[in-house]
Amino acid sequence: MSVPLLETRDLKKYFKVADGELHAVDGVNITIEQGKTLGVVGESGCGKSTLGRAILRLIEPSGGDVLFEGKSIIGLGKKEMREMRKKMQIIFQDPYSSINPRMSVAEIIAEYMIVNKVYPTKQEIWNQTARLMDTVGLASRLAGAYPHELDGGRRQRIGIARALSLGPKFIVCDEPVSALDVSIQAQILNLLMDLQDEFGLTYMFITHDLSVVRHISSEIAVMYLGQCVERAPTDQLFENPQHPYTQALLAAIPEPDVEMRNKEIKVIRGEVTSPVNPKPGCRFAARCEYATEACSGADPALRDLGGGHFCACTLEHVKAAQS
Amino acid sequence: MSDVLLQVRDLSVIYKTDLETVHAVNGISFSLERGKTLGLVGETGAGKTTTALTLMRLLPERIGIVEQGEIEFEGQELLALPENEMREIRGEKIAMIFQDPMTSLNPVLTVGEQIGEALSLHNFSKKSKEEIEARVDEVLTLVGIPAGRKKDYPHQFSGGMKQRVVIAMALACEPDLLIADEPTTALDVTIQAQVLLMMRDLRDRLGTSMIMITHDLGVVAQTCDTVAVMYAGEIIEQGTLLDIFKGERHHPYTTGLFGSIPSLRGHSKRLSPIAGLMPDPTNLPDGCRFWPRCPHCTERCKTEHPGTYVDGTHQVCCHLFTEGGSK
Repeated sequence: MSVPLLETRDLKKYFKVADGELHAVDGVNITIEQGKTLGVVGESGCGKSTLGRAILRLIEPSGGDVLFEGKSIIGLGKKEMREMRKKMQIIFQDPYSSINPRMSVAEIIAEYMIVNKVYPTKQEIWNQTARLMDTVGLASRLAGAYPHELDGGRRQRIGIARALSLGPKFIVCDEPVSALDVSIQAQILNLLMDLQDEFGLTYMFITHDLSVVRHISSEIAVMYLGQCVERAPTDQLFENPQHPYTQALLAAIPEPDVEMRNKEIKVIRGEVTSPVNPKPGCRFAARCEYATEACSGADPALRDLGGGHFCACTLEHVKAAQS
Repeated sequence: MSDVLLQVRDLSVIYKTDLETVHAVNGISFSLERGKTLGLVGETGAGKTTTALTLMRLLPERIGIVEQGEIEFEGQELLALPENEMREIRGEKIAMIFQDPMTSLNPVLTVGEQIGEALSLHNFSKKSKEEIEARVDEVLTLVGIPAGRKKDYPHQFSGGMKQRVVIAMALACEPDLLIADEPTTALDVTIQAQVLLMMRDLRDRLGTSMIMITHDLGVVAQTCDTVAVMYAGEIIEQGTLLDIFKGERHHPYTTGLFGSIPSLRGHSKRLSPIAGLMPDPTNLPDGCRFWPRCPHCTERCKTEHPGTYVDGTHQVCCHLFTEGGSK
């Protein structure tokens, strides 16, 4: 097997808070192959965005390792890291707050290229900016426009053009379509998939929307309270979810299909528990209908179920309860 | 149609400022039967929330103007009522749940006080303080919050719990009509499922009619009986749930809306979204409002406003199906 483009090993990010340590990302192992898309799903506060930022070292991980093309990026100095970031980019969730309102569209897109001095002349930078605008579907007449003149979909296109400007291999997409209306959301999803085909990009796609993640991902990781509880190829995960949390998450989506109306909605009780100083053991146990005493004590390890399917639940008591 | 609770006829609302006039709602008509749920679907700026605010008579003073139309609620014309009589209906007979539970609660009052406030304002049967307190406990239990938490402040609740408090407030006076404006948009899926299940259960038990405003077709399929699709301030298609989800003829916008949702089953290789953007409500196109984005647009669509094609309960506002249009 070739070296995966990106790999994390036991990646951790703890934040110090008043009453202890908040375990935002708690020992996550993921791998993403070149040209693929890993979807990361989970509810608010499960650490998906922190994971994305920790991978890019936009926030410094507390422990563990991140390997990009087989090489660790954790020990890199500032200068080397800046060089590295040309290959690793991010598209943010909120197109309203992630771009500078006082810069024009062309200035925003050109900024990274100017800062990184990738082209010797101004003319080349502006030519490249025009090409990027064309690639992401922004009309050239908008080059001098300011962000407030544009709608959310167009702003997100600016964010995408900016992320592409340095010719990255890997892009973290942090909820890039969550703030958009469905018809605009569909346009942006199509654009992201076209760009992937055209430039051979690798994505880590963070979202809470399971239908979006199914559409765009080749593999999915489900997160709960800072841990990856299940990881599988997309079809496998949707057709045969193993972890009780994944099952509950899939069952909770209201489907746009009248025939599904009378399906029994399996609602998981309670809410996400606090990520501050979590006790060792399965984080989901408090809400899990199959939980037994065996679930507390030690963190469940991600076990290989074959075919690229991993699940952090022993499943013994689940199977016992379901049979 | 037997038991009609709410009948809206040809309602138009504008927002008028010194600089411009926004045509937010343009001649919509719909009705709602007792005990049923109507889904009002559309994207940002379609006029869904303006419709709800007009029903509640909560449009911003002097700026929001009802140009024409009638709102008949239980045989009463709401738009003609003086403000003091409207105040008795608002909260008592028609209640509203707002989109964002984080901002629709008062941070300096306990949740018990906020629920009790609605009850004491509409206290026609002269209930004592103890009776009001007992009712607060009752509605909190109804929405699944232990009554003991009524002394807590909003910041002590999570998002899903706050939305339950807002629902408890709306239900405290047992309204006949509940308007829910995107009640679950700000919530996570598992919490959304809990809240939707609870609302469905409450509707069945209390027989409340609902208007569910949402952009999520999944929520519509799971909760509504009838559906109205809004675009640029108009209802461009309406009918029963089956008409909209299973019917053969659809407005091109509805088709586009369905084509934009990624499927949860099977693999659709590519989404087929609607090209372009929602028109500027200060400067709506002539003829059909949808023509600049419509794949079936003809010359006629650009000049002539389409009539309504009616097939039983199903209404589509498009030249494609009305007389003289090409198929």
